[in-house]
Amino acid sequence: MANVTVQSEKEVSWLRQAWARIRKIHPVFPVFLIVFLAVGYLNPKFIEPNGILIFLRRAAPLGILAVGQLFVLAAGGFDLSVGSQVTFVVIGGALLINNDPEKLTYTLLVLYGIGILVGLINGLVVTFMKVPSFIATLGMLLALKGAGLYWTGGAPRGYLTDNFRQFGRGFLEPVPVVERFPIAVVVLIVVVAIAAYIFHFTIFGRQILAVGDNPVAAKLSGINVRRVRILTFIVSALCAITAGILEGGFGGVNIIAGDGLELQAISAAVLGGAVLLGGRGAVLAAAAGALTLEALFNFLNLIGQPEGVRDVVQGLIIIGAVAYAAINARRR
Amino acid sequence: MLLKKKLYLLLSVVVVLAFVLAACGGTEAPAVDEPAVEEPAAEEPAAEEPMEEEEPMEEEPAEEMVEPAENILAGENAAIAPEFFDQEALDQEVAWIDAVPEGPEDMVWEQYIDPEWVDTTEYAKDGPYTICFSNAGVNNPWRVVGFNTMEHQVALETDIGEWIHVDAEGSDEKQIADIEDLLASGNCDGMIISPNTTAALTPIVEQACEQLPVVVFDRGVFTDCPVSFVRPIGGYAFGHLGAEFIVDNLPDGGNVLAFRILPGVDVLENRWAAAKVVFENNPQITVIGVEFTEGDNARTKAIVEDHLDRFGQIDAIWMDAGATAVAAIEAFEDAGLDIPIMVGEDQQDFLKKWQDEGLTAVAPTFPTFQWRTAVIAMVNILQGEQVPAWWVLPQPPVTADNLDSLVNASMPPLHYAMCGCEGMPGFPEDWGGQ
Repeated sequence: MANVTVQSEKEVSWLRQAWARIRKIHPVFPVFLIVFLAVGYLNPKFIEPNGILIFLRRAAPLGILAVGQLFVLAAGGFDLSVGSQVTFVVIGGALLINNDPEKLTYTLLVLYGIGILVGLINGLVVTFMKVPSFIATLGMLLALKGAGLYWTGGAPRGYLTDNFRQFGRGFLEPVPVVERFPIAVVVLIVVVAIAAYIFHFTIFGRQILAVGDNPVAAKLSGINVRRVRILTFIVSALCAITAGILEGGFGGVNIIAGDGLELQAISAAVLGGAVLLGGRGAVLAAAAGALTLEALFNFLNLIGQPEGVRDVVQGLIIIGAVAYAAINARRR
Repeated sequence: MLLKKKLYLLLSVVVVLAFVLAACGGTEAPAVDEPAVEEPAAEEPAAEEPMEEEEPMEEEPAEEMVEPAENILAGENAAIAPEFFDQEALDQEVAWIDAVPEGPEDMVWEQYIDPEWVDTTEYAKDGPYTICFSNAGVNNPWRVVGFNTMEHQVALETDIGEWIHVDAEGSDEKQIADIEDLLASGNCDGMIISPNTTAALTPIVEQACEQLPVVVFDRGVFTDCPVSFVRPIGGYAFGHLGAEFIVDNLPDGGNVLAFRILPGVDVLENRWAAAKVVFENNPQITVIGVEFTEGDNARTKAIVEDHLDRFGQIDAIWMDAGATAVAAIEAFEDAGLDIPIMVGEDQQDFLKKWQDEGLTAVAPTFPTFQWRTAVIAMVNILQGEQVPAWWVLPQPPVTADNLDSLVNASMPPLHYAMCGCEGMPGFPEDWGGQ
């Protein structure tokens, strides 16, 4: 008799543990699975290896942007300038490389240099000039857009060389099983891995969350709040440059390459559980949020919904996720 | 933690909503296993509302594993609002495609079709002239090339003393205010207007006509008060030409994917309207998609990938503007497929690709040389020389025959080859070339 009770108690606790573990899984992953399978149901080719890789390649820039955005969001800010940074990379890259494949390294260095500068300016304006990040990066969005147009004289000049475009367009081959593997997906995996390490396993990562959760407490406990916040903007800018390189590689020179990406990146990050106004977030979940958003767009496209519906859904996601976070914070 | 469920709930609701939308409104929900219904074509005379005529649905024997290609010309993206369709104008433009233009043979920007001459002696005066130009904007590569060409034409005109350019930056309100200011200044001997939108600018153009000679070009206005309206043949001819090329090169029919930039712009609507008529009259052609690119390369490429994935084969691509043509081509290259029949435009990146890959392609044009013509018309008017009331410029397409003479790899990717600017001083540097 006693034996049975112990056993059933063991069973119960095992179930509880399993349930606890399931509950710990971030909701974005099952949500992604549902959307993904829904697309797969409508278009069986989508869930074949090749279809998945095409999808991942397309989602890679947004995934990287979402991860960068997560750093800023987690520290309690916004970065609205990333879309303009992507456009800037695409048209600036074409000008810098000037049809000369040998200038690749130089071009990449200059672009990342500009990225660091943009992130630094964003960070300085937010921390020292006390401009809310929403406004500061909105200004940067406009300034960069204008600078890009001014630089090119209104129409893009020059081409991105094939070796520049490899990152966003090329494949590694031969690869077992799938034959060829998009380089953009490799870049995505590497960026997510590095970001996950920094965010979850370093002191800097924990400082970001502390700053986002309660800047005053963070400051009192000895964290250099300004430095942390500036660094998050630089991380975001570096991600934006990387995303721009992939985007330019995928699509070629285009003056609207980055339009609207900033809002998609924020949507993706909040979908992945990042809390607007800071304090929470996870890198893998943000990347999964980007994949979910991209799959959702794909789904809406498949069922023949016009562009407007896509924007409505994106708006609902932002509002819904923020509302969810707000309710959650109140009960915490 | 219970609250995480709310997020699940929200997203499930979104997904379900999307399904519901698909069920109710999505006429082209592709995965629905509806057998394509063979509807008899409507037999009423199509004269009144030709665009509403239902075409028989086409079903092609498709390969296994891919969806049957379904003609979606009845779909939402393919629809043409009645205000954007005028059968008479379409017929007129199609007839003009083959018309032999008059005027100097080696200067296409000074040629004209079916001129109806206007006497301008009443405007004649001695130079040098002050000419004012109210520009809708310099906000896309086409306008950049055109405006560049125009400024160089102004430099060539010895009778122009002063050239006043006002940029409306794509805003109707600003352009109306600009024109008011120019009129009030009293400095202008003549005014060139490139209207931002047709209806909104009509009243102010009428007001300008009362004070000085006006030349309108590019987009039109709802008044014939300007002394001359400079325009290429038009959007119907543009769309017709590309669609005819596809039909001619697919004698046994095939899958066509059509791209439009965005809905609601008259010149673009006209292009698609004409193409749609051609495709409707050739039921062997299956239009598998009519999609909006919004001028975005990545989006264009993604749409091609999706359609390749779903339908297995695309035999031709029709576009209402060519800025994203190369992106569409790249989707085929990346998938390791042959490049299909292409309808692009005269952007250098497309022409270069065409030449490099030996494509089967055609590029209808909306020539940027019309910006030169507007200046020439204005000067002619002030000199008292007669001008055509409708200065209809030829609209020469790029074909396999003249491709080599128009490709110029040193020009920017979105330089429009049909600019008539090659012989101007300052070419190619001033147009961004090397």
